Amino acid sequence: MPFACIYVPNFPVAAAIRAEPDLHAHAVAIFEGKPPLEKIVAVNEKAYALGISPAMTKAQAELCSELALRPRSPLHESSAHAALLDCAQSFSPCVEDSASDTVLIDLAGMESLLGSLPQISRAIAARATTLGLEANVAVASNPDVALLAARGFPGVTVIPPGKEAAQLGALPVEVLFHDSLEGEEKKSADRLLETLERWGIRNLHALAALPQVSLSERLGQEGLRLQQLARGAASRTLVPVEAPLVFEEAIEVEHPITLLEPLAFLLNRLLEQLCARLGSRALATQELRLTLELSNLTGIDDECENADIPSESDGTDTAMLGQKVFTQQSKINNQQFVRVLRLPLPMLDHKLFLKLLQLDLNANPPGAPIVKIHLAAEPARPRSAQGGLFLPPSPEPEKLELTLARIAGMVGEHKVGALELLDTHHPEGFRMRRFVAEVARKTPQKKTSDAAALGSAVAKSAVTALRRFRPPLRAHVTLENGQPVSLVCRKKEVQGDVLWKAGPWRFSGDWWEREAWSRDEWDLALQNGNTIALYRLVHDLLAGAWFVEGTYD
Amino acid sequence: MSSAVISTSAALGRPFIFDAESEPEVRPIAGPKKPAGAQGPQESPIARVFQSSIKNQQSTIARITPASQLEIRPAPEMASSGIPALDALTGGLPRGCLTELCGPASSGRTTVLLAALAAATRRGEFCALIDASDALDPHSAAAAGIDLDRLLWVRCSESPQNHRATENHKINHPGVPPILPDPINNQKSTINNSARYSVLATRNSLHRLEQVLRATDLLLESGGFGLIVLDLADLPMQAARRIPLTTWFRFRRAVEHKLTILLAIEQHPIAGSCSSLLLQLGVLSTQHSVLSDQAEGHTTQDLPAHAHLLTGLNINAELTHSRLERKPARAIAFETKTAWAG
Repeated sequence: MPFACIYVPNFPVAAAIRAEPDLHAHAVAIFEGKPPLEKIVAVNEKAYALGISPAMTKAQAELCSELALRPRSPLHESSAHAALLDCAQSFSPCVEDSASDTVLIDLAGMESLLGSLPQISRAIAARATTLGLEANVAVASNPDVALLAARGFPGVTVIPPGKEAAQLGALPVEVLFHDSLEGEEKKSADRLLETLERWGIRNLHALAALPQVSLSERLGQEGLRLQQLARGAASRTLVPVEAPLVFEEAIEVEHPITLLEPLAFLLNRLLEQLCARLGSRALATQELRLTLELSNLTGIDDECENADIPSESDGTDTAMLGQKVFTQQSKINNQQFVRVLRLPLPMLDHKLFLKLLQLDLNANPPGAPIVKIHLAAEPARPRSAQGGLFLPPSPEPEKLELTLARIAGMVGEHKVGALELLDTHHPEGFRMRRFVAEVARKTPQKKTSDAAALGSAVAKSAVTALRRFRPPLRAHVTLENGQPVSLVCRKKEVQGDVLWKAGPWRFSGDWWEREAWSRDEWDLALQNGNTIALYRLVHDLLAGAWFVEGTYD
Repeated sequence: MSSAVISTSAALGRPFIFDAESEPEVRPIAGPKKPAGAQGPQESPIARVFQSSIKNQQSTIARITPASQLEIRPAPEMASSGIPALDALTGGLPRGCLTELCGPASSGRTTVLLAALAAATRRGEFCALIDASDALDPHSAAAAGIDLDRLLWVRCSESPQNHRATENHKINHPGVPPILPDPINNQKSTINNSARYSVLATRNSLHRLEQVLRATDLLLESGGFGLIVLDLADLPMQAARRIPLTTWFRFRRAVEHKLTILLAIEQHPIAGSCSSLLLQLGVLSTQHSVLSDQAEGHTTQDLPAHAHLLTGLNINAELTHSRLERKPARAIAFETKTAWAG
């Protein structure tokens, strides 16, 4: 039964590089601890070549000018670990979460689906690279052999059954112990290693060759276990984990962000990672939650003035996307700014998400510098839609969403969408809701019957439409026997003598609410010069005012 | 006075060259006429420059497809406007083209617009209404038979200053419709107010117009809509005239070769030659009925107002201009009915 192991060497460094891909070409060292006692905990190969090694102090490492020093970030590491699990679960549902940097996969039965073992292992390595992690992948018939091979051999390794001991023999005995051991475990491991070193046992081949009884007398059961591992003869079953479908990425910034452009840069990176993770699980998202942690803003005003960047007060033009400065408030301490982006359909396009977030943030700036960005995606099954040959074309959901967001940024959030009539007699009894370009398949029967009924109605004659004035035009009405005979309005076109009138038609409603309304409606034909037009005149009985509500057109 | 018609080529100083024509004769500008055998090496430098320039022009022109070989543009697909009388007049609304509906207030433009939207949504198409004046009446739309789920309504809003004033009003006086300055009740400052209103209205119109044009660009770029309507009916003429002709050309190009119908309603035609169809609407008369129980013993004139009922309009539609067929202007009349007329 084949098993694969994915191991990410120098995991803290890999997590930092995943968060900052630009560091890939640099020597990187990760430090940890309280100042001034920070120590290096992980370095990459380039840093090692420069003479930097773990356990050095930060001050020592800083002497190397080419070195990029980064603090250890649990946020980055948890994101990288989640990505590692996503990578593993995209190949098999049976995955063991061995350590933060190590994942074991049960590949039983996968060959018929995914190809030969070398192909699978190469695919796993490629998927890990896509998710931003450079990992060692090893495939063997034993989980522990796969784990040791992944720790010991760089790149992709496939160990055929029966050749475990021969392949592992060249590996140093250090691979038997995990790097991240702490406390008593680490002390015990160090003692064992020291003992083996004194015996001259430096590789697994030598350890495997030791007599079992003598080893047991000297090192006990732990010694025997290590020897079994070295021989590739240890056998165990995987402990599978059911990784929760949580897709979150976060980043902390050293210097607070005040402009939208650098924020967009970081958001793009997070979105790319999120989308890659979602894609690896064949999922999409319908809801993105952006949480920005804000800090106090002392000194930002001066900084912005010095940078000669327009401030929020004169930055109302949405065209200034990317150069917008967030509102300068005097003191905001560690507030959270949350924006939720809800999509009508599951989507997986990081560029689209970035544009939508940009437009949203441009319309709703956070109001203070940002110190931490947290982005979470609610997973959803990707939509499966098939266009019919004989169906009329409809807007592409992704394009439409972006278009609607752009239009909403221009005209206002609640000024674009689909109409929904409310169950009321109020003349403005409607509300705006999100426009979705996939309504046909929801209630086809109802639509068909409605369309047939309406079709027969329209075949007779068109319905005279009313054009509303929003807001209604206040009018000065001359009455004769309680009936309007002429009206004057601030709009020149809507005034003149009443040629013909019908009414009043009384309407009222919501008398049990604060927003009660009661009105008399008149239909008028007004002569203004040579033109005659029909209007609806309303007498608000509660306010006592006259309004021209609209024109029949 | 006499007038002369100058063709574009002539006006631009370009030679008229046709396939069948031979190379034009070129002579030196000055100097005596030389014998035929004396040409060649003894040709003047000016003539050589002219020759080469004309050859260059010809080579350029040769690359351009002559008009005689241009592909004939296929006739656009026509879609029903939702009003049989109008369909009989125009053959429907052309897809991939711009159609203009013009007319004064109460001429039936909105009725035709809603009928077209209803017809499009009945065909299963998605439609967009870019409403420059935020004038759509939802109840009229529903009564016209529009599938509201398929209609994207873009309500162009007023300028930010006015918007803020309106929002403040909503907060301070909930339930009372916000009213802009009233010149009637403020007699003392009538002139100032009317001037202010005029400035405000112009500013608002331009702001809305900008929104309309940008929204139209975005929706045309997005694609997938069967009908996109620009409602410019309430825009003042001076504001509507500010739309550059290049914008209309851009819209026409954007909608070309697509199945989208671009429909604009306005007071006067403004798109010029960019529109493929121009319909002029006007109201012939209003229809109103007299309630029978009130009419006994009275003439129509003497009847009280509540005995009358507006039941519809008689609309006259004139096909003023069509790029699709070369026929003289024709007109047709049709009736509309109010939702309560039954």
